[in-house]
Amino acid sequence: MEAQPVLVETDVDTDGQANFDRIIAQDSRIEPRDWMPAAYRKTLLRQISQHAHSEIIGMQPEANWISRAPSLKRKAILMAKVQDEAGHGLYLYSAAETLGQSRDQMMADLIAGKARYSSIFNYPARSWADMGAIGWLVDGAAICNQVPLCRASYGPYGRAMVRVCKEESFHQRQGFEILLELSQGTPEQKQMAQDAVNRWYAPSLMMFGPPDDDSPNSRQSMAWNIKRFSNDELRSRFVGMMVEQVRVLGLTLPDSEIRFNADTKMWEHSELDWQEFKEVLAGRGPCNAQRLERRRDAHDDGAWVREAAAAYAERQAVATESAA
Amino acid sequence: MSVQDAAGSAAKGSAEAPMPAAREGRAAWPLWEVFVRSSRGLSHVHAGSLHAPDAALALRNARDLYTRRNEGVSIWVVPAEAIAASDPDSKGSFFESPQGKDYRHATYYTKSEGVKHL
Repeated sequence: MEAQPVLVETDVDTDGQANFDRIIAQDSRIEPRDWMPAAYRKTLLRQISQHAHSEIIGMQPEANWISRAPSLKRKAILMAKVQDEAGHGLYLYSAAETLGQSRDQMMADLIAGKARYSSIFNYPARSWADMGAIGWLVDGAAICNQVPLCRASYGPYGRAMVRVCKEESFHQRQGFEILLELSQGTPEQKQMAQDAVNRWYAPSLMMFGPPDDDSPNSRQSMAWNIKRFSNDELRSRFVGMMVEQVRVLGLTLPDSEIRFNADTKMWEHSELDWQEFKEVLAGRGPCNAQRLERRRDAHDDGAWVREAAAAYAERQAVATESAA
Repeated sequence: MSVQDAAGSAAKGSAEAPMPAAREGRAAWPLWEVFVRSSRGLSHVHAGSLHAPDAALALRNARDLYTRRNEGVSIWVVPAEAIAASDPDSKGSFFESPQGKDYRHATYYTKSEGVKHL
């Protein structure tokens, strides 16, 4: 099964398409060796690899705070969380690989700046309170997005998301707890928490992607049962949850226009700065260059480890062979 | 268990940018499928896959990647290329049709209804 678009329609394609359509209509799952339309494969490969890259780049804003965590407990928690993000990236790269793209190629594309990842990770984490806001808002938005993806029509993607979602809930709770502790601390600490929430609120809402009327691929993704809800539906659901939770925190969301529309049953919020979103996606966000450079350095710094491991494996194989 | 993930993943990188592995003068690390036994008495179940240069490192990586939360008491790693898989397209012919074979199930036999311990 090749990733290349099929130019001549053969019996294999006609039968394959019919089988694919039947599986989708039954809301069943497509598995790696099934026939699938070239566009379905391409869409999934783009989405899953971008998702994987986001997890990998997403380690950075928090990793920067490991050495400055306020206690040993918080340091251990943060390390576990960053390790989880690495794991999530690896689950997702595995899923993407089943579509015919090599791991090394995806890594190369990321390092070369040719691959996209979530715009949220191009914002700086300025204070310890940002660890709270990232966990609560960023991981919260990610969970909102990812829970429906557990039912994505592509089997390996859905299975990876099940694993990710199980681990992600600890991430959001630890973030909430950081904010709650700060909010109940000194006035300065409370202000620090509020400031972090103010800065991460709008970027986290943008994580759901452009508004529905400006999201051309959404309709097809929903027809293929990859996406289950539209960007705006998920965003509205997220705002509704945050409105409740921010009260418990004793903080406020920096948006005076949040309201529940009883007619549409949707939570409304003030217009987001979609120009900023596009700028950040295009590589002109506050931290894009820094994030990519860090990834490149990490990859280069690890080269000797990969070489040593490969050399060792080779020598062991030779030794085993000559012993046999 | 979806070992198809393994067999279906004949990786084909595009020839555009030189891959990091090639740049470093090494072949890409082979793909391993990971099976985890969650507790004694249960079978190993496919958990996912990973890349590693050899079996020893594949086991260590599998431990770090798939059992960070006490998910297992035993791990198998298998080279993905060593797995033979059935052809998904031959579903109709490869798997015997259950059509008309109700007699393979206990529920087919109704005359013994009401008889104890049967």
